[in-house]
Amino acid sequence: MSKEKIGVYVCHCGTNISGTVDVEEVSKWAGENLEKDGVVVSRDYKFMCSSLGQELIEADIKEQGLTRVVVAACSPHLHEQTFRTAVKRADLNPYLCEMVSIREQVSWVHTDKKIATEKSKSVIAGGVKRVAFHEELEPLQVPINEATLVVGGGIAGIQAALEIADSGFPVYMVEREPSIGGHMAKFDKTFPTLDCAACILTPKMVSVGDHPHINMYTYSEVEKVDGYVGNFTVTIRKKARYVDTDVCTGCGICEEKCPQKVIDDIFEAGLGYRKAVYRPFPQAVPKYPVIDTDNCIYFQRGKCKACQIFCPTEPNSIDFEQQDEIIEITVGNIILATGYDLFDARRVPQYGYGRLANVFTSLEFERMCNAAGPTNGEVVLRDGVTTPEAVAIVHCVGSRDRNYNNYCSVICCMQSLKFAHLVKERTGAEVYNFYIDMRTPFKDYDEFYQKVLEEGAHFIRGRVAEITDAARMPGEEGKLIIQAEDTLIGKQRRIPVDMVVLSAGLESRADAKEVAHKFGISCSTDEWFIEKHPKLDPVATMTEGVFIAGACQGPKDIPASVAQGAAAAARVLSRIQSKELALEPVRASVIEEKCSGCRICNNLCPFNAIIFHEDRMVTEINPALCQGCGTCVAACPSEAITGTQFSNEQILAQLEGLLMLDVEGGLVSMLEPEMA
Amino acid sequence: MKYGYYPGCSMERNAIAYHHSTMAVAGALDIELQEVEDWNCCGATEYFSLELLPAYALVGRNLALAANQSVNGNQLIAPCSACFLNLAKTDHYMSTSPDLADQVNEALAAGGLHYDPGSVKVRHLLDIVVNDVGFPAIAEKVTKPLYNLRVAPYYGCLIVRPGTQKSFDDPEYPTTMDTLMQTLGAEVVDFPLKAHCCGGHMTQISENVALEMIRRLLKNAADYEADVIVTLCPMCQLNLDAYQDSVNKLFGTNFNIPILYFTQLMGLAFGMRAVELGFGKEFVSATLALTKIGAEPPPKPKKKRPAKGELPMPAMPEEDNQ
Repeated sequence: MSKEKIGVYVCHCGTNISGTVDVEEVSKWAGENLEKDGVVVSRDYKFMCSSLGQELIEADIKEQGLTRVVVAACSPHLHEQTFRTAVKRADLNPYLCEMVSIREQVSWVHTDKKIATEKSKSVIAGGVKRVAFHEELEPLQVPINEATLVVGGGIAGIQAALEIADSGFPVYMVEREPSIGGHMAKFDKTFPTLDCAACILTPKMVSVGDHPHINMYTYSEVEKVDGYVGNFTVTIRKKARYVDTDVCTGCGICEEKCPQKVIDDIFEAGLGYRKAVYRPFPQAVPKYPVIDTDNCIYFQRGKCKACQIFCPTEPNSIDFEQQDEIIEITVGNIILATGYDLFDARRVPQYGYGRLANVFTSLEFERMCNAAGPTNGEVVLRDGVTTPEAVAIVHCVGSRDRNYNNYCSVICCMQSLKFAHLVKERTGAEVYNFYIDMRTPFKDYDEFYQKVLEEGAHFIRGRVAEITDAARMPGEEGKLIIQAEDTLIGKQRRIPVDMVVLSAGLESRADAKEVAHKFGISCSTDEWFIEKHPKLDPVATMTEGVFIAGACQGPKDIPASVAQGAAAAARVLSRIQSKELALEPVRASVIEEKCSGCRICNNLCPFNAIIFHEDRMVTEINPALCQGCGTCVAACPSEAITGTQFSNEQILAQLEGLLMLDVEGGLVSMLEPEMA
Repeated sequence: MKYGYYPGCSMERNAIAYHHSTMAVAGALDIELQEVEDWNCCGATEYFSLELLPAYALVGRNLALAANQSVNGNQLIAPCSACFLNLAKTDHYMSTSPDLADQVNEALAAGGLHYDPGSVKVRHLLDIVVNDVGFPAIAEKVTKPLYNLRVAPYYGCLIVRPGTQKSFDDPEYPTTMDTLMQTLGAEVVDFPLKAHCCGGHMTQISENVALEMIRRLLKNAADYEADVIVTLCPMCQLNLDAYQDSVNKLFGTNFNIPILYFTQLMGLAFGMRAVELGFGKEFVSATLALTKIGAEPPPKPKKKRPAKGELPMPAMPEEDNQ
C-alpha cells in the first residue's frame, strides 16, 4: 500500500484521444485497480489543459490532500509546464506531477480502440508507480552573461545583432568571409518590391560596423564552444588578413596595383574576377582588404609585394608576417545564422551547366544583373557582348526532385519571376519560365506574379528534360534548345533560346553538420539545423542558449530571415533582461564512491557536460551543462550515475506498471521519449 | 576475375565484331568469361510486347541456367544492352512479385529448372570494364594510345536506365565510357545525345521515324566533328551503321561515320591487330579513322586568355584532375 495520495487525470483532448481510447473506461479502471498504488481519485475531462481542467486538479490537491498527480494527456513537450504550474498553484512541488502521453504515443498511433484503451491503462499504471518515487526538486538558477555571439553576418545575423545591440547589450559577430552582408549583398533587386538590395542592406551593414555595442570578427571562424547557457566560452580564430587594420585606410590602391587576377567564386559566384588582395565589393564592411595566400604571387613564389610597395599609409598596412589570432570570448547566448549554399548545378548534367557556355546559375545571373557586377548590370551571353533574344528560366533545379533534394527551396519561384522581369526590362527578350508549380504565397508575391505575366513572360508547366545544343529542327542552329513536356497541353516542346538561367535550389552549408556538432545542436536529414518546435519554437534549439535564424534552419527568403533574426534576438533579450535562467533540475550526477574512473561515459555525453578529474580518477557532471538525457546513466557499468527524475527506482517502478497488463500488440513505442 | 557470360543472339551474327573484340580484350584484362550453357534468346522487345509471362519465362530460363553454373557470386555479364535490361528486369520483377516468380518457376519446372529471384547479379560489360577492372589497370595495358582520334561515346537509352537497379553511371548524362576513351588516349567530343534512343526496332515498324532518330544522332556527332561513334550495344551499332546509307538517301545528307564497339577501340589501344578485333565487318568503313591512330600525342591546348569582357566559364571538376 502506497503512502502517497495520487490523483489520476485522463484527458479526452476533444476527440484526439477519446476517438481511439475509451477515456471513461481508462479513468474508471485506474480508480479501481490502482488503489493499492495510492490512487485516491481518478477523473476524465474533455480538455484537461483548459483552466477548468487545471482547477479540477488544484481543487483535488487542496481538498483531498493529494501528494502526487498523474496527467494522462498529450506529450510532456506540450503541456508539462501547464500542469506543473497548476500543481504549484496548489502548493505542491511541481516535480511531483508526472505526465503520461496517451495521445502522441497511443491514440495517434493506433486505430484499434480496444488495444489503445488497454495500452493507455498500462502507461498510466507506469506513471502512477513511477510518480511515487518522484522527489521534490527546485529548478537550477544560472546567471546570464549579457553578451551574445552571432555567427554569420548575413541579413538574418545582421538583424539579430542590431536588435540586441540597440537594446544596449554587447554582441560579438563572427563572419567567415572578409565582409559581412552574406548572399543578400550579391543581389541587385529584391522581390517583390524590386527595391535595390544594396540600398536596403548596406545601411544595416554600416550600422553593424559602427555600432558601439557590436564587436565584429570578420574573416574569422568559431573554433570551439565550451560552457553552457548563460556562460559560454567561445574560441574564435581570426584568420590573418595580412593587412594591419589599425593603419589601413581602405583606399584600395593595393587592390588596384595587384597584378594577380583571380576568378571570384564566392562573391561573384564565379562570373567575375577579383585580385589576390581584395575586398569582396565596394561597400564591404569592414573596408579592409585581405590577401588570398593561395593566389598571391608573393606567397606562392616569394616575390612581387606590389601591394606593399604601393601602400600609401605610414607605417605600411601590408604585413606579410601576420599570423592567425586566437581570441576567447564569454557570452550568455548564441545565435547561429550561417545561411545556405547554392545547389551545385553541375550535378544535373543534362542541363549542361559548365558544358554549355550560356547556361547560368541563379547566383551568376544575380551578379550579372548587379550594377556593380562583372557586366555592370547588363544581361549578356558568356561572350560578354551579345544581348540574348530569348531566355529560359528553369525552376526547381535540384529541388523537389528525389534524385537531389525532395524539399521545395522556397525562394526560387519568386526569384525566377524577378529574373523574368529583369530580363524583360533590360533586354526585351522573350522569357520562358519552366515550372512545376508556381508558389507565390506571401504578401504581394502573387501580385508580382500577375505583373510578370502581364509583361508577357511565358510560363510552361513541366520539368525540363534536357538542355542541349544539338539542333534538330530549323531555327535551332546555334541555340540552346530546351526540351520539356508541357503538361498543360500534354505535348513535348522544344524551345530554342540564347541563354538559360537555372534557378538552383538552396542547400544547407557544406559544413553544417560539423557546425551543428560544435554548438551541440542537431541537423535534419537534409542537414538543416533543427528547431525546438517547427511551429511554436522555430528559433530555439534543443540546446539551451543556442538559437538559430535564417536559412540555416531551412530555405527562406529575405523577409522570413529578417523576421527570424529579430525573433531570435527577442528570445535572447528576454533571457538577458531576466538576468538569470531557471533550468530543469532533471540532471545526472555521479556518486563519487561508486565511480571506478573507467571513463566509459566520458565520450558519450552529447552536451559535453562530463568532466574527468585525473587526480582523483573520478568523473563529474556539470549540472548546468547536463540536459538530463540519461545516456551516461544507462552506460555506467557501476551504476555510479543517477539521474534526478530518472533514478533506477523510478524506471523500474514505471516498467512494473507498464507490464501490469498483458497488452495485445506489444509494448513498442509506449516508453517516454526521453527513455526510448 | 571470372564471370558468367550471356552473349545473346546478336553476338553470333551482326555483332560478331563485338564478340571477337570482347574476347580479345577480356583475355588481355584477365577477365574469364564462362558462357551460360544452352542459353536462349532474351526475347528482345518483341516478346515482351506480345505476352509477358512467356517472355519472363524465356528470360527466367537463362537466369536459372546461370544460377546453376554459379560463377563468382553469380555475376552474369551481358554485353548487349537489351539482353542486360531483360535479364535485370525479369530478375527484379520476379523478386518483387512472388506471384510472377511462382508462375515463371512453374513454367521452368517443365524443363526441370528453378530460379530463385535475386540469386543472379546481372551486369553490363561496360560496368565490369570501368568498375571492376578500373581505369588505372586499363591505362597500364595501353601500348598504342588513340591520340587524335575524335570519339563520340554513344550509350543509348537502355544501359544507364535499367530502372530496376542502381545505375553504375548517371542515367541522364553518363560519362564512364567518356573516361574510358580518354584513358585510351582518344579525344572525347561532347555528344549531347549520348543517352538518346537509336530507334531500336522502329526500323522494322516505321522506317522513316527510325531514320529521323538515327539522323539526329549522326548529325550531332558530325557537328562535333567526331571521327567515330563508339557504342556498347549491338542494336545501336546496327541502326547507326547499317542505316546510315538510308539516312543519307532520305535526308540528302552525307554522313560517313564509322560506328565501332568500345571493345574494338580498347583492343586497338592495347596494340592488337584490327583484324582480330572484328574490324572490316562494319558497313561504314573504319579504315579512314584507323589511319589517324598511332599519331603523336596531341599538344595540350593552351589555356586561352579570355577576350576582354568575356565572362569566365564555371570550373568543372574533371578539368582539375586532367
